[in-house]
Amino acid sequence: MILSVRDLRVSFRTNDGLVRAIDGVSFDLEESEILGVVGESGSGKTVSLLAVMGLITDPNADIEGSIRYKGRELVGLPARELRRLRGNEIAMIFQDPMTALTPVYTIGWQIAEQIRAHRNISKSKAMDRVEELLAEVNFPNPHEAMSRYPHQLSGGMRQRAVIAMALSCNPALLVADEPTTALDVTVQAGILDLVRKLRATHKSAVVFITHDMGVVSELADRVMVMYAGRVVERGSRAELFSDPRHPYTRALLGSIPPLTGEKPRRLPAIPGSPPSLLRLPQGCAFGPRCPVHYEPCATGKPDLEGDTHAAACFRVAQA
Amino acid sequence: MTDKDRPILETRSLGKRFSIGTRFSAEGKRTVHAVDNVSLTVWRGETVGLVGESGCGKSTLARCLVRLYDISDGELLFEGEDITSKSLSELRPLRRRLQMVFQDPSASLNPRRRVGDLVAEPLRIHSKLSSSEIKKRVAELFDLVGLLPDHVMRYPHEFSGGQRQRVGIARAIALNPDLVVLDEPVSALDVSVQAQIVNLLADLQEKLHLTYIFIAHDLSVVRQVSTRIAVMYLGSIVEEGPAEEVFAAPAHPYSQALISAVPVVETTPSGTRKRIILTGDVPSPLSPPSGCRIHPRCPIAAERCRSERPQLREYRPGRKVACHFPTV
Ligand SMILES: Nc1ncnc2c1ncn2[C@@H]1O[C@H](COP(=O)(O)OP(=O)(O)OP(=O)(O)O)[C@@H](O)[C@H]1O
Ligand SMILES: Nc1ncnc2c1ncn2[C@@H]1O[C@H](COP(=O)(O)OP(=O)(O)OP(=O)(O)O)[C@@H](O)[C@H]1O
Ligand code: SF4
Ligand code: SF4
Ligand SMILES: [Mg+2]
Ligand SMILES: [Mg+2]
Repeated sequence: MILSVRDLRVSFRTNDGLVRAIDGVSFDLEESEILGVVGESGSGKTVSLLAVMGLITDPNADIEGSIRYKGRELVGLPARELRRLRGNEIAMIFQDPMTALTPVYTIGWQIAEQIRAHRNISKSKAMDRVEELLAEVNFPNPHEAMSRYPHQLSGGMRQRAVIAMALSCNPALLVADEPTTALDVTVQAGILDLVRKLRATHKSAVVFITHDMGVVSELADRVMVMYAGRVVERGSRAELFSDPRHPYTRALLGSIPPLTGEKPRRLPAIPGSPPSLLRLPQGCAFGPRCPVHYEPCATGKPDLEGDTHAAACFRVAQA
Repeated sequence: MTDKDRPILETRSLGKRFSIGTRFSAEGKRTVHAVDNVSLTVWRGETVGLVGESGCGKSTLARCLVRLYDISDGELLFEGEDITSKSLSELRPLRRRLQMVFQDPSASLNPRRRVGDLVAEPLRIHSKLSSSEIKKRVAELFDLVGLLPDHVMRYPHEFSGGQRQRVGIARAIALNPDLVVLDEPVSALDVSVQAQIVNLLADLQEKLHLTYIFIAHDLSVVRQVSTRIAVMYLGSIVEEGPAEEVFAAPAHPYSQALISAVPVVETTPSGTRKRIILTGDVPSPLSPPSGCRIHPRCPIAAERCRSERPQLREYRPGRKVACHFPTV
């Protein structure tokens, strides 16, 4: 077991009250495993993984629960220790590439520094490695690109520079937050190959957050679906796509626009909005939008039930 | 002349060049031709989808179209009026009517301002609404894009990626503009919220006769929203036509590869779709290949392609392609 998260809770104190962003999330990750994380925008995908990385910097945040990496507890670990793990054994690709890049240095310099921070190699060796990495992520002109500043790159190139940075140390655990949103399908296919290669050669475990169901169905071994700070369904890729159980998962899969055939006049969207995290409903958080909700849903919160394929829903539990 | 037969926006051989490096760097000063010879006509009430490889010049073209960049070559016309070299103050009256949603939402939202303020800002500058009317309009806009009332007082960093993206959309539509350029507006949204935004854009278009230029890598979304699409490669348009037609029968080898490579959720046994994966290196706009710029990667390239650059030409009403051997 490389990563084991138990009953993770993250809340933010704001002027309006307590925002319960993560409300009891548990999951495990084995060596060489790729876990896809999908879910509603704002459901806590990024925050839960930032917590794993020890990267929640907001002073108003409270983090509870347990995060074990190779058996070692990360919650409460001093910042210095966490920094040593990050970039060396654990790497993260941020949703917003500019979080990881500074505008004032060239990308070549930034990636080389990242390499040198964790490995004792000369500057010119590091630069050679940067060029190799940029070629791997499909930069048209890797040598020339090293001398560019972030603003001189396209959105997708910035994203690829950050991917190159994360891959530079062959991490044992890679957390990738929407790493291919700014990439066209061909470049994306190349990046997915790199992730598979990392897994094959270094037995790395990967958590891959994406809203692109096509990518999940191509890459992930297992999938976790989040809604309002909780995991509402998890299972193998096949289980999830051929037998989605939670009403939210079903609705989500039903919203994918078709690529062929007649264009629908309107896309089927889930009616209503997700609950305010300041005032979560008493019962099931999906209740107000759920097409099959019934009495029990308003009173208690359904737990994630099942073995490998599990859903948090009273209807599913009853069936 | 009615709205229908007057283009709202038109580019004539538009080009954008950047210089990079300095006289002191190893390679010296060099020029990136990010957008090259683009002639595009956009009609009122339509949605033009702009697709193509990462780095092919979509965002640069988008910024030229709303004149956030100075234009290096060619002309840009808005409602028939030449705005290629209008100064910032001359452009001011147009700003309200020409809006843009940026690819990178955090870069365009001031981190020190509450998001409610950020959405109210264009209303304060360009409209005559009273402050209570502005408040009401902001609440309405938040509701339209699926944000909650208690989000108004938050700062951008307190939002998820998709929530920030929707703040950008709310800001852009606040003033009921005529033309909105949307650069990857739904890329950070889950499919259901994405569907909600796509439906919202369609409703606004119907109600207010808006025109959109829509950039996205997710081709199923592009197909859904676009009436026409333009496929770009290395700064130029290589194919243009009605969205459904181009998706069903792309004429250009590059469009064919692009459309065939889309990953889809396989609910039926796989093997029904044939993928064309382009091999070879992605070219650099610093040193574009000779002749047809795709020839080193094109599966059907012939001798002629190496020397002669194909022009974008209309081979059937409404369908254009830049290729010596298109599938027509
Ligand atoms: N610093 C903060 N202060 C207050 N609320 C926050 C803060 N950071 C995040 N949140 C809230 O926590 C919730 C979870 O955010 P998170 O970024 O994890 O969502 P997400 O699932 O990654 O969504 P997306 O797909 O849109 O990126 C959101 O509703 C967000 O508004
Ligand atoms: N300020 C700049 N200085 C130098 N080169 C630039 C600048 N902005 C963009 N470029 C270059 O111009 C080309 C086109 O970039 P652009 O951002 O328009 O691409 P894009 O099609 O939007 O890509 P993506 O899908 O990755 O966002 C790229 O090669 C990029 O490196
Ligand atoms: S628990 Fe009830 S409300 Fe929640 S998803 Fe299941 S049926 Fe719907
Ligand atoms: S002109 Fe030649 S190289 Fe270019 S796309 Fe057509 S066939 Fe391919
Ligand atoms: Mg996120
Ligand atoms: Mg772009």
